[in-house]
Amino acid sequence: MKVGLVLKAAEWVMNFTAARYPVFEQRIQERTAVVQLRLRGGANGARHFTFGGRRVTSARGLHAKPDVVLTFKDAEVAWDVFKPNARRIDAVNHAKNFSIEVTGNDELACWFTETISIMRAVGWKLGTDAGNGETRMLNATNSGPVFVYVKDGRIVRMTPIDFDEHDPQPWTIRARGRDFSPPRKTTTTSHTLASKSMVYSPDRLLYPMKRVDFDPNGERNPQNRGKSGYVRISWDEALDLVVSEIQRVKRVHGHGAIMNSHSSHHTWGNIGCYVSAFNRFMNAIGYTKMVINPDSWEGWYWGAVHHYGYSMRLGAIEPYGHVEDCLQEAEMIVYWSSDPESTGGSYGAFEGTLRRMFARDIGIEMVHIDPHLNYTASLLGGKWIPIIPGTDPALAHAIAHVWISEGLYDKKYVAERTTGFDKYSDYVMGVEGGVPKSPEWQAAETGVPAHTVRALARKWGTRKTYLAAGGKGTTFGGACRSATGSQWARAMVCLMGMQGLGKPGVNFGNLQYGAPIDLNFYFPGYGEGGISGDLETTGGVVQMVQRQPQLPSMNIVTQRITRNRIAEALLKGKTEGHPIDPKSSHGQFMKFGYPSPGHSRVRMMYKYGGSHFGTVQESNKLAEAYQSDALEFVVNQSIWHEGESKFADLILPACTNFERWDIGEWSVAGGYSHHNNCQLNYRVISIQHPCVAPLGESKSDYQIFLAIMHRMGMGTYYGEGLTELDWCRLQFDASDLPKRMSWEKFLERGYYVVPPEDMQVSPQAVAMRWFAEGRKKDVPEPHPLPAGNSARFREGLQTQSGKFEFEASSLKMFDDPGRPPVNKYIPSWEGRQTSELYTRFPLQLLSPHPRYSFHTHTDGKDSFVNDIEEHRVLVDGYYYLAARINPREAAARGIAHHDLVKLYNDRASVICAAVITARILPGVVQCYASSAVYDPIGEPGKSPDRGGCVNALAPTRWQTEKTSASAPNSCLIEVEKWTQAPAAAAAMSDAAGVAA
Amino acid sequence: MSAKWALFIDVAKCHNCRNCYVACKDEHVGNDYPGYAAPQPKHGHDWIAIHTHERGEAPMVDVAHLPTLCMQCEDAPCMKRDDGAVYRRDDGVVIIDPVKAKGKRDIAGSCPYGAIWWNEEAQLAQKWIFDAHLLDRGWKEPRCVEVCPTEAMTSAKLDDAALQSKVKGEGWEVLKPELGTRPRVFYKNLHRYQKCFVGGTLVAAANGVDDCVEGATVELLKDGRVVATATSDAFGEFKLDGLPPDGGGYELVVNSAQRQARVAVELGASRYLGTLRLETV
Repeated sequence: MKVGLVLKAAEWVMNFTAARYPVFEQRIQERTAVVQLRLRGGANGARHFTFGGRRVTSARGLHAKPDVVLTFKDAEVAWDVFKPNARRIDAVNHAKNFSIEVTGNDELACWFTETISIMRAVGWKLGTDAGNGETRMLNATNSGPVFVYVKDGRIVRMTPIDFDEHDPQPWTIRARGRDFSPPRKTTTTSHTLASKSMVYSPDRLLYPMKRVDFDPNGERNPQNRGKSGYVRISWDEALDLVVSEIQRVKRVHGHGAIMNSHSSHHTWGNIGCYVSAFNRFMNAIGYTKMVINPDSWEGWYWGAVHHYGYSMRLGAIEPYGHVEDCLQEAEMIVYWSSDPESTGGSYGAFEGTLRRMFARDIGIEMVHIDPHLNYTASLLGGKWIPIIPGTDPALAHAIAHVWISEGLYDKKYVAERTTGFDKYSDYVMGVEGGVPKSPEWQAAETGVPAHTVRALARKWGTRKTYLAAGGKGTTFGGACRSATGSQWARAMVCLMGMQGLGKPGVNFGNLQYGAPIDLNFYFPGYGEGGISGDLETTGGVVQMVQRQPQLPSMNIVTQRITRNRIAEALLKGKTEGHPIDPKSSHGQFMKFGYPSPGHSRVRMMYKYGGSHFGTVQESNKLAEAYQSDALEFVVNQSIWHEGESKFADLILPACTNFERWDIGEWSVAGGYSHHNNCQLNYRVISIQHPCVAPLGESKSDYQIFLAIMHRMGMGTYYGEGLTELDWCRLQFDASDLPKRMSWEKFLERGYYVVPPEDMQVSPQAVAMRWFAEGRKKDVPEPHPLPAGNSARFREGLQTQSGKFEFEASSLKMFDDPGRPPVNKYIPSWEGRQTSELYTRFPLQLLSPHPRYSFHTHTDGKDSFVNDIEEHRVLVDGYYYLAARINPREAAARGIAHHDLVKLYNDRASVICAAVITARILPGVVQCYASSAVYDPIGEPGKSPDRGGCVNALAPTRWQTEKTSASAPNSCLIEVEKWTQAPAAAAAMSDAAGVAA
Repeated sequence: MSAKWALFIDVAKCHNCRNCYVACKDEHVGNDYPGYAAPQPKHGHDWIAIHTHERGEAPMVDVAHLPTLCMQCEDAPCMKRDDGAVYRRDDGVVIIDPVKAKGKRDIAGSCPYGAIWWNEEAQLAQKWIFDAHLLDRGWKEPRCVEVCPTEAMTSAKLDDAALQSKVKGEGWEVLKPELGTRPRVFYKNLHRYQKCFVGGTLVAAANGVDDCVEGATVELLKDGRVVATATSDAFGEFKLDGLPPDGGGYELVVNSAQRQARVAVELGASRYLGTLRLETV
């Protein structure tokens, strides 16, 4: 009876809403259909709705020929679903227990429930009036939230968030008689500010396309991938093709024949992120999973973990309380391969910048060890110690040598908190091996004068020092991504182990992390899985499994391929790898092979997001793999036509995050970047409004996946009958936000700023202080896991001994010649010591995280960022990637500023524009990694690339034999002036254009 | 006296993040603001430009970035015309009228700072307008200031007395003061861009090896007269800054306890002299 009334009322409300809102009237006229709702028992309680006209009609009883039927077990189940204050958990539980069933048109069932949802939302106000006919909406990016000003359906501008009187006041830290407070706004980067140019990029994919010479029923011509043009097709054709290929490949080849492939990052938002909607979709298909190697962590994960744990963070240390401790206590910061002014905590823009400038201004000394006078070094000043790439561990051992020789380390800490120091000391002092690792010994390797090393070691050994090793303080790029990356990360933690890591002013960090913000307030990071329902490969198992009611998903295929072995797997049919396993220090030892027993080789690839041509090593092989007949079908779902999309058989056009609903808190990643938001001055959680309609025929990733799922009869499972806004609401409800702001207010205002901690009431615990003082762990991270402790829970480190281990117990249990239990200097397998290769290719190529693009995102695409000449240089009408080279090396090769140059070795040739600068050491060339553009001037994979995929020059060899640790910064090249006429190059390149 | 806008740029704080540069493109590319500015071409116009100057060589290198834009001159050469195509508002912002200036290419050539750009397609001279269209809608500061992460750029709306007081009190200067156009864009730490340094690393033998010499007195002499002094740091490094380019011959004298060094220095651009070994006198 109650249900009957609600359903009758639904008809009235729909018609009332349609009369009031033309957009909803349009919605209910989209379909001509009869939707039957009924109970299992029969006609009693049944009602059917008829759509097709300007108004909805409904009638009691059973319709003779309904298009879709939703059957509820009984009136109680139906009431749980339709009652005014219905709880999502009840609907999900009834679905899981088959108390609700859908028969008939799967897609129509979702359309009906989505229509009800849209009806509820239609009156909600989105954004605020900004005057001049503009509406100020919200969105979020990889470098923070933005106000998006929209007028007449077009984006006018984007700005960071300036706080108003409704937002909280900042935190204040008092240090050495001065106060520091961040300004009341968010920071941002050039690549976020360039977003408008990317939305309206001429490279946008605006409709589905098929390769002109791809015939699924005849010749597939894989050899022409990367060369042939494309022809426009309809969404129906595209969806039919992808569905028929998924089903054919599964039927013909069986278990594991489909693989996924995606970039490590994506457009911002917990719904649209690859960990979310894509993950749920691929799980519904079953696939061979591309395993990402921890390419920003590398040496930390494969090396440092074994001395001090932190596998949950892939080797990065806990980052809490650093800002206050560093500003109040530290006397020096040593930045070692650390350029936070370029890498910005990955997603944290310039949140740490003013803190670092303040630190300098209150007298904290700065030292920068890097082959490049990076932007942090040039801004802050201090001592620059340039070093030959890949030799950093030798310098570290020599610092330890000075400390041991002169007694400049914390003997009490070493005695009480660590194990195995004697063995490390024996190695450093030459007791073992006979060679003391003295400053003089290292000079030949590193190029750093012995007197500089002694001066640094003495300063460091007598001052409370923060070590910033890598962009984030621990981890993130640079020296950890070379053949000696594991050695370097191990050396970094061993140095801090000698200096009393965790004591006041003695820690890892560069002031990018550890701000005193409220971390007890919960909002999920994208790494927690969004809507994936996947508990195996996301961080969802920690919180979201209880907080967000939804249907689960899981991949039934266990076969895996490591990302930079995709080409090898496809070409040779055989490869192997080692996994990321945040649970323990030992999971990484579990080698996996491809093909796995009883699995098919991969025959189809579902590629999603940014291009790998600019991000994996030796990527010329990827072109070769694409052109082999190993892959029968390649679908690429992408926003822009660039890089890998030009190797697809079918292209599905996705829209940007500015054209769809989403929700997220900036910088919060979750998963193995737990509390990544603790770098922020202010936690800002934002709805991501669909600021403008999707361009052309592009659709949100979610809508594309849902459409495919509908054609496979899984739409009601995949989408659960929800709209994307409903999924955003589920994330909102799963968080602590409803306690602070109503959903409707959140949609209008667009954001919520979490007030900072009251530092008097809730002082933030400092990382590792508990360990240094032998106390129970008091920082808010759920690690080591309960079983990861050898003694009592939350007492001691994750190591076998619970102490800091100079001799790693875990490595004693695993034989990897490149990772002896005591860290030792083993020269790079590709560097100045490899004399035969070095003679032919006498320059070392560094390819760090880019400063002006977010990986491939924002690069290319005719983006505003192209015009930044430190990023790309316009030469003869083409934007070439900047290659930084020392004046001496340039002169020796007759190269002038902004000349085109060819970077080459046996693996590849890449054409760049020379930027001559004294900031880079002689013998070293530096180009940003992650070109979005792959533009071979001839045969793909076999000719010079003028797009700037310099990673193609780098080796795929692992750092050590038994890791999957990439080493792109161990790369020897030669550079010469490029003299081929630009017009000829352009003509060759244009031959691979788009036909449609 | 009404208050007028001024912009302040600290060269030592600019690290070329390019936020201001891209924000200017975001604001103007594809956007028409009638009465203020026609749309900016997507490429080729740097209404906010950033110039870079490096000094020295490894391991003693520094880099300065100099943002330049319309200087909003009080006595602007671009305004010296009688057709009203360029005018200054009461708040000090100089505007090139997008209607009246149509076809007048000479406006683009009139700026001694190179801050005016010619839009061939629109047949218009264009430049940075201090975001006057936004300030008129109540914005508190121009976008380049809002997005600057280092606070290298700040803006203020001041009357003449307050401006003079700030400029004198805080040591602000203008680019090319000799032109006499009286810009309302002010700079600090221009020596990083315009002047030279001499630097080096001091070592001396100790216990059989070389060590850095800290606390040595370093004097730079021109024609026998001391023109700059410095003290070496724990890495043995010294840096004498603020010297005129192409300064010619100098003598460098280092004294530390019983040890000394003397070096003749020829100064064109900045120089890192390398490692200087101090010998016992």
